[in-house]
Amino acid sequence: MEAVVFFVAAIGALGGAIGVIAMRNPFYSVLALIVHLFSLAALFLLLTSAFVAAAQVVVYAGAVMVLYVFVVAYVGGGGESAWEPIPGQRFLAPLLGIALFVELSIAVLGSALKALETEGPDVKAGFGDPAAIGRLLLEKFLLPFEASSILLLLAAVGAIVLAARRQETNA
Amino acid sequence: MNITWYIVLSSLLFATGVLGILLRRSPLVILLCLELMLNAGNLALVAFSRMVGNEQGQVFAVIVMVIAACEVVVGLGLIVAIFRRRLPLNVDDLRELRG
Repeated sequence: MEAVVFFVAAIGALGGAIGVIAMRNPFYSVLALIVHLFSLAALFLLLTSAFVAAAQVVVYAGAVMVLYVFVVAYVGGGGESAWEPIPGQRFLAPLLGIALFVELSIAVLGSALKALETEGPDVKAGFGDPAAIGRLLLEKFLLPFEASSILLLLAAVGAIVLAARRQETNA
Repeated sequence: MNITWYIVLSSLLFATGVLGILLRRSPLVILLCLELMLNAGNLALVAFSRMVGNEQGQVFAVIVMVIAACEVVVGLGLIVAIFRRRLPLNVDDLRELRG
């Protein structure tokens, strides 16, 4: 049962990722990314991390993707020019991608980490639920938590400054 | 399922994101491919956290999600600014800073 869910979610995640890079229209790319994010949330649930899965669906597939859809609707998807600054980029890129995958796989499979071949240790019932993550965030990781909240505020202010309509000087 | 499956899937997704960045020219799609790579990293973090049996890797994944949201907000703000100035939305045309 677990293997079936894993393979369905893995195919969804991989199909979504390929859809993102293959679709001509950016709007369809955004929709493919939403499929990808939901499949990843299922994988997170399989790894007994309920809070990360919920945050993935609510924050990513909900909020961030709505932002993308708005910007795609505003900017509009234009066709991409076929001009290549590097000759043969269209053929070199897949080779580099495959090379990177092979290299990462060799690094992982050759790492001699014995625990990689297991499903991980048995964990107690509350592993990865919001209470456990919240306790870690507010006790052990309080400083990164506060720093990331300040970073979010800075990003919001920065985006408004970048995208605001300037009244007098529109160079 | 062994943790190896998750890690290999995560490296496959990461390579897909890199491939998209190398192939596509629209800055919107390049931002989407960055999301793919960040999510592949998140999957690896959560898988290793399960392997060790410790929740700290999941906290790391949540922080990565926050960073990704910040990156999206600033990137989309830049795209809107580029569009407002009627510059081409193509990373190969916007190459003035490239010596």
